[in-house]
Amino acid sequence: MSRLIEVKNLKQYFRAGGSFISPLYVKAVDDVSFYIDKGETLGLVGESGCGKTTTGRTLLRLYEPTSGKIFYDGVDITHVDMMPYRRKMQIVFQDPYASLDPRMTVGDIVGEAIDIHKLAADKKDRKERIYRMLERVGLNSEHANRYPHEFSGGQRQRIGIARALAVDPEFIVCDEPISALDVSIQAQVVNMFENLQQELGLTYLFIAHDLNVVKHISNRIGVMYLGKLVELAESYELTFHNLHPYTKSLISAIPIADPVASREKKRIVLEGDVPSPLNPPSGCRFRTRCSYATELCAQQEPEFREVSPGHHVACHHIDKVN
Amino acid sequence: MSELLLDIRNLRLSFFTPAGEVKALNDVSLKLEEGDVLGIVGESGSGKSVTAYSIMGLTVHPGRIIGGTIDFNSHNITEMTEADMRMMRGNEVSIIFQDPMTSLNPVYTIGNQIREVIMLHTDKNKAQANERAIELMELVGINEPIKRLKQYPHELSGGMRQRVMIAIALACEPKLLIADEPTTALDVTIQAQILELMIELKNKLGMSIIMITHDLGIVANMCKKIAVMYGGKVVEYGTTEDIFYNPRHEYTKGLLRSIPKLNDKEHKKLIPIEGTPVDMLNPPAGCPFAPRCESCMKICISKMPEYVDVAEGHYSACWLIQKEAFEQGGETNE
Repeated sequence: MSRLIEVKNLKQYFRAGGSFISPLYVKAVDDVSFYIDKGETLGLVGESGCGKTTTGRTLLRLYEPTSGKIFYDGVDITHVDMMPYRRKMQIVFQDPYASLDPRMTVGDIVGEAIDIHKLAADKKDRKERIYRMLERVGLNSEHANRYPHEFSGGQRQRIGIARALAVDPEFIVCDEPISALDVSIQAQVVNMFENLQQELGLTYLFIAHDLNVVKHISNRIGVMYLGKLVELAESYELTFHNLHPYTKSLISAIPIADPVASREKKRIVLEGDVPSPLNPPSGCRFRTRCSYATELCAQQEPEFREVSPGHHVACHHIDKVN
Repeated sequence: MSELLLDIRNLRLSFFTPAGEVKALNDVSLKLEEGDVLGIVGESGSGKSVTAYSIMGLTVHPGRIIGGTIDFNSHNITEMTEADMRMMRGNEVSIIFQDPMTSLNPVYTIGNQIREVIMLHTDKNKAQANERAIELMELVGINEPIKRLKQYPHELSGGMRQRVMIAIALACEPKLLIADEPTTALDVTIQAQILELMIELKNKLGMSIIMITHDLGIVANMCKKIAVMYGGKVVEYGTTEDIFYNPRHEYTKGLLRSIPKLNDKEHKKLIPIEGTPVDMLNPPAGCPFAPRCESCMKICISKMPEYVDVAEGHYSACWLIQKEAFEQGGETNE
């Protein structure tokens, strides 16, 4: 399989006050590297503030990366004009209530991207494209003349997906696309993402904090903590043979929807909160909450290394932890 | 058998909005025994929060209780005066809300807000109330309580704020703690800390908890009894095992099928519940779930099913149960 997306040593710092001489930066994404194969889904999980959304947005160059390189289909797109790539790389946002313009009809929301990229030959073609997109996401052509407020959350998320699909993209960043939806609606949208991927050969970066869903939809999963990737592996491997202590506690903290299994499960409850990204701990960033931390963890940052084929982890004490 | 602490019977509550009457609660019946944890699950708009607020007597205009009774600790809440209600709130029953960011007052210190509750409900003076506040902060696992009491809510993290909310709720050792999605705004590792704390405190103080959530994982983990709500109605009620291993309502079954499980070893396609949630302004005449139900029958659309006991303490409102019983030669209500 060939690589569609590759990210090397990506850094995204945001200025957060300080003086002219000593500015303060939030290191939202700090030296992250990964790739996504064509037709694959890479899941990205982590707690709020860990940098998963920033990674997705920087990847699309919605933010200009502080340093590092982004490759699309082998081409370095870190500093190029994004216009031709916007057509190939799209995004679906988290909040279906905030991400649709309330004063535009659904047809115009979906059609806007078609207009920008001049994909329609004439008005009739434009209309047909819009109808086709709406039907593809389970809505129908009558919906094109309505406004977003007339739709439920699940339907709005479908509109957001239709908008992303309107330009025939190859790659979509799904930024928490289901967390604002009701439980009974989530499965509908998850299935739709899977079906679209099969039909259209799409590649996804699927960002979410719900590991249940991410594990279901992803081929591989990356776990982030305070701007760093701490573990990356094939999704079965990551769920059942994880190595990093943070991944372990994250998985053990997820409530299982099965009374007997959840009573038998041993939970590793992490102490304390995530430290401030303005002033992250030295060395390994997880060490302040890790029960295995030693002097070495404070002094030296663990390398993100491949421990078995396709399984990367950044920890000094894998042997001790496991 | 332990004492019955809360008994809600056939509660009906409507919001009289300009667009029409919204029947937020349409025949809700629930029971809670002392020392139990009851989970109320359902999606947004199913009436789970409204049920909880009506126990606290917090029904706000244009909402009005139009039928049914709420018996709590031998008071009939639906007939209590506002003054009596005030004495009971915080003292015998308290609530923690979903969003710890907005439920604390940003212009008062943490200490001020905890002391307020203590001084309102007991005759302690400020110094004594302060001592109690420190005790409470320690109880909910906050380090350096004396320093924290002088801080403002914005200086605390989300998890800390939710701990403060719990401390305030527990100030007068209530018999019942209502937790309205207490961890929805928090990260999973912090959620685990808070849930653990709640169970620990329940055992220490011997209170009961009503846990309102949409997360089936949380109820499986914490609750002894579960009420599943849909469209303003409790569609199924039973023990946690009943609900998870022997669900009898089509909505409960659908919900359990539609969630991905982390411990599944192979990739199974999810089976979603098709359709959209009920429009509470124009609810169906019969069973609220009928328009989305795969096994929907003629009667489901026209007539609301009655509750049927399927086992001791496990009841559900679904016509299919009566149909099955009829086919097996039993008696039905119809």
